Amino acid sequence: MRVPLSWLRDFAPFDGTPSELAATLDDLGLVVEAVEMIGEGLEDVVVSRVLEITAIEGADKIRRVLVDHGDGTVEVACGANNFAVGDLVPLAPVGAVLPGGFTIGQRKMRGMVSNGMLCSGRELELSDDHGGLLILEEGPTVVPGAPLMTALGLTRDVVFDVTVEANRPDAWCIAGVARDLAARLGLPFSEPAPVEPASSLRAGRPVDEVISVRVEDSELCPRFAAWAVEGVRVTDSPEWLARRLTLAGMRPINNVVDASNYVMLEWGQPSHPYDLDRLPGGGLLVRRAGAGETITTLDGVTRTLGRPGPGLGDTGQDCLIADAEGTGVGIAGIMGGASSQIDESTTRVLLEVAYFVPMAIARTSKRLVLRTEASARFERGCDPSGIDRAAERFFELLSLTAGEECVLATGKVDHRRDVPEPVRLPVRTSQINALLGTGFGSDEVVELLAPLGIVADGASDDPTVPLEVTVPTYRPDIRPAPMGEADIAEEVARTYGYSRLPRRSPSWPQPGRLSARQRDRRFVKEVLAGLGASEAWTPAFVTDADQMSAGVAPPYVAVANPLVEAERYLRASMAPGLLRALAYNLERRQGALRFFEVGKVFAPGVPDADGDPVASEGVDRVIETERVSMILAGDEDDAFAAVGAWQTLADALRLDDVRLVQNAGDGPCEGEVLHPHRKAIVVTGPEDATTVVGVLGEIHPALAQSFGVVAPDGRPRSLGWLDLDLGVLLDHDQVARRTVEARPVSRFPSSDIDLAFVVPESVAAGDVLDTLRTLGGDLLESVTLFDVFRGASMAEGERSLAFRLRFCSQEGTLTDEEIAGQRTVCIDEVGRRHGARLRQ
Amino acid sequence: MWAVSETLDLESFRAEARQSIAAATSTEGLRELATALMGKRSPLALFSRQLGTLGEAERKVLGQTLHAVRTELESELDERRTVLAEAELAAELESGKLDLTEFRPGMLPSPQGRGHLHVVTQTRDELEDVFVAMGFTVAEGPEVETDWYNFGALNIPPAHPARGMWDTFYLEVGESESTLLRTHTSPVQIHQMEVAVATGTLPLHAVMPGRCYRRDTPDARHLAVFHQIEGLVVDRGITFADLAGTIEAFTAAYFGPDIHSRLRPAYFPFTEPSAEFEITCTICHGQGCRTCSQTGWIELGGCGMVDPAVFAAVGIDPDEWTGFAFGFGIDRCAQMRHQISDMRALIENDVRFLRQF
Repeated sequence: MRVPLSWLRDFAPFDGTPSELAATLDDLGLVVEAVEMIGEGLEDVVVSRVLEITAIEGADKIRRVLVDHGDGTVEVACGANNFAVGDLVPLAPVGAVLPGGFTIGQRKMRGMVSNGMLCSGRELELSDDHGGLLILEEGPTVVPGAPLMTALGLTRDVVFDVTVEANRPDAWCIAGVARDLAARLGLPFSEPAPVEPASSLRAGRPVDEVISVRVEDSELCPRFAAWAVEGVRVTDSPEWLARRLTLAGMRPINNVVDASNYVMLEWGQPSHPYDLDRLPGGGLLVRRAGAGETITTLDGVTRTLGRPGPGLGDTGQDCLIADAEGTGVGIAGIMGGASSQIDESTTRVLLEVAYFVPMAIARTSKRLVLRTEASARFERGCDPSGIDRAAERFFELLSLTAGEECVLATGKVDHRRDVPEPVRLPVRTSQINALLGTGFGSDEVVELLAPLGIVADGASDDPTVPLEVTVPTYRPDIRPAPMGEADIAEEVARTYGYSRLPRRSPSWPQPGRLSARQRDRRFVKEVLAGLGASEAWTPAFVTDADQMSAGVAPPYVAVANPLVEAERYLRASMAPGLLRALAYNLERRQGALRFFEVGKVFAPGVPDADGDPVASEGVDRVIETERVSMILAGDEDDAFAAVGAWQTLADALRLDDVRLVQNAGDGPCEGEVLHPHRKAIVVTGPEDATTVVGVLGEIHPALAQSFGVVAPDGRPRSLGWLDLDLGVLLDHDQVARRTVEARPVSRFPSSDIDLAFVVPESVAAGDVLDTLRTLGGDLLESVTLFDVFRGASMAEGERSLAFRLRFCSQEGTLTDEEIAGQRTVCIDEVGRRHGARLRQ
Repeated sequence: MWAVSETLDLESFRAEARQSIAAATSTEGLRELATALMGKRSPLALFSRQLGTLGEAERKVLGQTLHAVRTELESELDERRTVLAEAELAAELESGKLDLTEFRPGMLPSPQGRGHLHVVTQTRDELEDVFVAMGFTVAEGPEVETDWYNFGALNIPPAHPARGMWDTFYLEVGESESTLLRTHTSPVQIHQMEVAVATGTLPLHAVMPGRCYRRDTPDARHLAVFHQIEGLVVDRGITFADLAGTIEAFTAAYFGPDIHSRLRPAYFPFTEPSAEFEITCTICHGQGCRTCSQTGWIELGGCGMVDPAVFAAVGIDPDEWTGFAFGFGIDRCAQMRHQISDMRALIENDVRFLRQF
């Protein structure tokens, strides 16, 4: 909202510099986004008359112009062509400083000396016009040598661009800003004196004889008042009024419309003038719009009313203003129709000033996506008691230009039902202090509230004795008891000044901490970073092609109103995002990367027994899972690198009893992401009730290719992939951790046995390893697979697996016999269980 | 393959061709077959060449038939090619079968260097640490929320104009506009208070970091998906002075001892009194610069005393308990701390950007 300082001063004698006032407004919560200095840079500009225009030899863009500036003549070079000899134009003489701080100097151009600059409207920041010079109209004050400000009737002013919070409709007008500011500065606030020459319109016949108004929908329109004037002359507004509207950001139209707009800007009360002769039936009917009824609004758009939209809580109830015969002429409180607009031919005007139920206006405005100055004010809540003052002010302003013939019909039509009454509530000074941390006495509270128009009675020495507070109807933000006490506390704090309120560092006995899961999540990230992976942040919104490529079948969780139509799904996997991140970097010659991401993926809720999606609270309608995904695209990375990354992570977390299962069919979230023969599911728990922790393997070469992730020669590139359910991974109940109990290190030497087995391809090396680990018992310190051999010397369908077993005892050095015994047991059992034999 | 003869009729050519296509066993063989059937020297080409010798009526009939046969064979070839290619790919993949449990030391190639945590993670961790040291726990909650948790319980009823403050992504789940992506981390406050009331574990001192969503077109200063951290204290005797003191303590701890905070009135439906909080401009340290529009202050977030309507929604007695809440952007802190000129760099995943942190 643009707030001219001159207008504020109609209400209270504000002084202080613009920046001081802006700081005070900020501290009141009326945030000043910008301060505009009007007229700054125009002081030096004068009116001049063009005497002579001559071409300059060798120049086709500029001409030599001789002007009379009242005190002699000067030659100026000028590039504009829109003027002729005899015109009056603005001259910025040498030394003038124009808006924006541009200083005019003497300049030599094409052999001539230019002594100043002739200015366009834009150069003077008076308009946007830069098509040529600003041509001034001859007038008594518009003569050569006259300062431009005087010539144009400009005065210096300051315009504050103020953002008003959504709950403060009262402050969304000049009067409201002035009231807050005066309260803080301790200045008296008063309504503006009547405009000179003060005149009131002549009284005409009774209003009932001029207009008829019926209100059928008093539920949505609790108060509807109307006035009528006849014999109006529609003309321009007074200069000062038009100027104020312009400063406030509104375009002057005619005296009737301008008066309505002026009152809205000044008091926040929208009103609507109708051409009475264009209202069939000579009046208005306020009714509910029928279902599907259409109306064409001022902006030329035909809109359908009376049907609920998709918005939660939209009842589809719209209030309509119709002519007396029932045809719609406007959407109540939002926008009028074109048919009854005021123009030069108008002589009889019906003025509507009403109070509409804010929520009704909000609903209709939201559904129609139609926001106007009026609707924005009505939906926040206008003052139902301010209606008469607004009308009075309207007619006072209109009387200045309405002409001798204009008569105001006697009385008003006023349909009034349940409009909000002043809120009365008890307020405990003790509770205000409890909220603010202050020590106000109740008399101080009374004094802080009074200048806002909030009356508090019953000040007492006992702060627990409640004050009787009465809130004016222009403050709909202040609620009745019990909530209202907090609202009053805010008003006390605002008037007192937030910056003056005390501060205290609170403390409490409960210690702060991260949860185990939060600590572990950080640790997982650190481990993966230690493996050379950088953390990515990939999009939550993906296309259906992305979902398919991640091997996830529909249905997906869809966004009803996506920003980008194609990206309307919530990701079910981070694979597409990470592949895209990889491709992005490859294109920028940043290869050999590892990335990981920790984030949520989404799936539709599981239908209940009746096949309906789970109908309880919405959080169950969508299953969100926190996952950690890692892609390994280093030069040598492949599925085994992913296994290595997993083993590192599992070891870092001290996981117990997690294993890889291959050939187990498709696990969850696996689908087509992985190479079907280079993948494994990470599981834990007993054989008959395993819990899936995640998957790992190599990205399916076709998938990598489809994302443009290929080797420099265009050949497929092997990429490792690890994707874990973080919730399961970090849940100690689901995935056991190794005991924290320390095991003493043996003081005796250890002995190694290397065993190479010929094992059928159908047996996983991991199973042999598990067998050896079990057989080794307490004496086994470690067992590792250290060599795998396939080749000519091996039979088809077999390979050699070489294990190193390290034995050690707490009791003493192991004897050769003991070691040999272990060896025999291992060879026999591995042979028996896995169809393997010792390699010769 | 086919003897080009006068006696070869089109119908038997078509039948034989279809048989051969069905019998093809490799994409390579199929390619050869396609040339033989439809190439320049194929029977089909020969039939076409005959057209010129025919009368107009006959030419028209034969021409249409030839076209139909060609189209049919092409689609048969395509279909077969897809089947064979899939089978060949499957076979190739199968021949590349690995036993992943054959992993051995050394098969995880050493990285070229340490990876980097995302700057947003680093910022979040540091903010969490500051608040943990001040006595806060860290709470989290779902990103998909109901209207009630995101709006209703926070004193923003349906159709309330204040909803315009948050551009919301709604999900096509349940009743229209009933399920959404949370626009702020405030719903976690509601969950936290509900649990504390149900389990009798008030007081509550928690910060709630997390990912939020707003339907805004991303620009240099905003992302549609972003991170926020909120704080909530519900305890006996908590006042606005504690709120202001907490903000000041946090500001100094995170931004440095010469950075201060100030509060100014604002409106949030879930707090009353409400305030915006600003901190000393971290660029000019209060001297006034372009970043802070010469004011010396930068807006960081919102805060206030928990609104009695919110306490009512979760069943907390406002005469026994008072509380404050605050919230601000984690990404924005990262942007300020590291002077990241365009927020969109955070989601580009350019490793040259990520490695700087």
